[in-house]
Amino acid sequence: MTKAITVSGLRKSFGRTHALDGLDLDVETGEVHGFLGPNGAGKSTTLRVLLGLLRADSGAAQVLGRDPWKDAVEVHRRIAYVPGDVTLWRNLSGGEVIDLYGRLRGGLSQARRAELIDRFELDPTKKGRTYSKGNRQKVALVAAFASDVDLLILDEPTSGLDPLMEEVFQRCVEEERERGRTVLLSSHILSEVEELCDRVSIIRGGRTVESGSLADLRHLTRTSVTAELVGAPNGLAQLPGVHDLDVRGHRVRLQVDTERLDAVLRSLADSGVRSLTSTPPTLEELFLRHYQETS
Amino acid sequence: MTSLAGTGLLLRFHLRRDRLTIPVWVAVNALMVLSMPTTLEGLYGTEAERADLLDQVAANSSFRALIGPAFGDSLGALTAWRVGVYAGALAAVMSLLIVVRHTRDEEESGRQELISSGVVGRRASLTAALLTAATANAVLALLVTAGLAGRGAAGALALGLGLAAVGMLFATAAAVVAQLTESARLARGLTAAVLGAAFVLRAAGDAATTDGSSVLTWLSPLGWLSQVRPFAHERWWVLALFVAAVAVQGALAYGLAGRRDVGMSFLPTRPGPASGRLRTAGALAWRLQRGAVLGWSVGFFLAGVVYGGLTDGVADLVGDNERAREIFERMGGQSGITDAFLASMTGMLGLVAALYVVAAVLRLHGEETSGRAEPVLANAVGRLRWAAGHLVIAFGGSALIMLLAGLGFAVGYGKEVGPVLGACLVQVAGVWVVGGVTVLLYGVVPRVAPLAWAVAGAVLLIGWVGPALDAPRAVLDVSPFGHLPKLPGGAMDWTPVLVLLALAAALVAGGLAGLRRRDLTT
Repeated sequence: MTKAITVSGLRKSFGRTHALDGLDLDVETGEVHGFLGPNGAGKSTTLRVLLGLLRADSGAAQVLGRDPWKDAVEVHRRIAYVPGDVTLWRNLSGGEVIDLYGRLRGGLSQARRAELIDRFELDPTKKGRTYSKGNRQKVALVAAFASDVDLLILDEPTSGLDPLMEEVFQRCVEEERERGRTVLLSSHILSEVEELCDRVSIIRGGRTVESGSLADLRHLTRTSVTAELVGAPNGLAQLPGVHDLDVRGHRVRLQVDTERLDAVLRSLADSGVRSLTSTPPTLEELFLRHYQETS
Repeated sequence: MTSLAGTGLLLRFHLRRDRLTIPVWVAVNALMVLSMPTTLEGLYGTEAERADLLDQVAANSSFRALIGPAFGDSLGALTAWRVGVYAGALAAVMSLLIVVRHTRDEEESGRQELISSGVVGRRASLTAALLTAATANAVLALLVTAGLAGRGAAGALALGLGLAAVGMLFATAAAVVAQLTESARLARGLTAAVLGAAFVLRAAGDAATTDGSSVLTWLSPLGWLSQVRPFAHERWWVLALFVAAVAVQGALAYGLAGRRDVGMSFLPTRPGPASGRLRTAGALAWRLQRGAVLGWSVGFFLAGVVYGGLTDGVADLVGDNERAREIFERMGGQSGITDAFLASMTGMLGLVAALYVVAAVLRLHGEETSGRAEPVLANAVGRLRWAAGHLVIAFGGSALIMLLAGLGFAVGYGKEVGPVLGACLVQVAGVWVVGGVTVLLYGVVPRVAPLAWAVAGAVLLIGWVGPALDAPRAVLDVSPFGHLPKLPGGAMDWTPVLVLLALAAALVAGGLAGLRRRDLTT
């Protein structure tokens, strides 16, 4: 598989703040890649470097096989970008902005534009100053999804959208994936990322701390297990990788490193299992673990 | 009164936000008024000269249209005549800006919602905005009264109160308009249009009669101001007109403010087209700037017509006064008084055009800092192409408005058409240097780009005040306009013009090189 985006050792400082401190990122062509991190981690800075709006101090970045700073215009023909906070011109209507953005990119499918306006329930005749936050966001989303491009760069694109529109957004991203387009999705909403993304990269302090498919990442974390046993539990506390063991009579709750799950299940089965639930770690737990560890 | 809860706090907050702008507005206005007696004394030192000036004003309708009727030959009365309308207009602009800034601007930006959710009454923001304007106008009145008291306490008080009254009249007018429109820019534009109409009505009325008794004059608040007749048997009752108008407009604004939702307006925004025809970044730039280009074009053409129409009258008026002639000749070059007047007026328009070019170039800065440039540049639009769209409008537009001013002179004056047109066009070299400095600042150090206003201000000050003060050559030479040949009348000298054009080109190139290399600010 070819790479849509490759970034290695990216550094960028603003005065004394190191916004990016050796960031790595790989996005495969055709995948939806989640880009996670708390406020100030450097997500938007990375995206702006990838768009050639900022020039990296050092490190290498390639977008669609080109240098995003030097070949900005060429690269941008194949990219659609949605910022997290869309500002519009007060006296231009939403429809005018959608068409302008479409034409300034590779072009725009009118049929797709009409369909998206319908699905997002956007009124394209309103002037920029009269749109609410969510509706401004929709203007940029319609322009991006209707554009004829290979790569979508979305920077917290759903801020201000209601849950119904969030749903529409998710379906649109899935359609993009089916068409073979690549999506880089920076987000705060972990359920959104969990739902949509093939792979994720988690960054903190301008550095990538974790990258891989959700299954890979889960492998490194703990599964929580709750079981009702026939007999008394035996020897669970001695098993490696077991945490937060809580035994009340025949009820057992515990957390286990996912790679040690096998031994725990065997031990539980020895005591006879009446019921068992096992929950894989949510992305949220994964996320929190990374941030609580060193912050 | 719960609808006024929080007014005091908001007033303090407004004054803090305006701690720089209000003092500057008031100081500039007061200085203009207070320096006038000395200037006039220098020009018309003897009583006979002043009586002569009074006769000239009575005889010359263009002068009355531009400045207003004069009612006495004391230095005080002539000061009120010479600066009254302009100081009043300045107070009006200050007041309308203050009121819109603290009412509609806040609502449009959404900041008002947060304020209104606090312990703040429905009418508190409007009240605080009007009180802020009232504070500024009161200080202006105080300074003018105190500064001119030596020429007659009653006259000084009348002028001070008159200026503040005009200010408050337009403050309350802006308060009404701000209830009607959804956009602050439109509210400012509409109120300014009312001010413009007031100026035109007064000008027409004062041109028609020698004492301003025309109905047209009395339809205009600026006409009322001169009819207070400071230092010439003050007519205090005219001030009652202001009080009544302020009360009516204030009541209207209050009524409207209590009856509408926050952020909403009585004139809803019309919907736009569902699809657009804008294809390029250049088309977008034109769409954003075309209104300004049109406004400046009309303004410069009309200014050309008016100054052109005044030209013959000026020769008569100034012809007899040795010192005034000297100043005009210093501003305009060493030829006959008519050419000197034409040269100084075209030069002045050139200086004003420098303000246009700064505003137009700084649109780039506005687009960038507001975050609107970022998604545009994330498309297949190079930075230079994007910037070029705005720069063509800025530089082409400044040449266009100077051309239109020249055509205005042709309409209003009708003689020396070619040379006067040349005099207007030669200014473009100076304007473009100021534009070039703005591009350089924006491209290389965007954080300080608004300093371009200071550059334009300094150039304006040197050009306007320098000759009257007989400033040394070294100071005058700082301004690019100081190097331009004095046309018409003087000899055309291509060398400085070409040097300035080359300098402008170099500055623009430097700015664009900077823009290409730097990070986009967000």
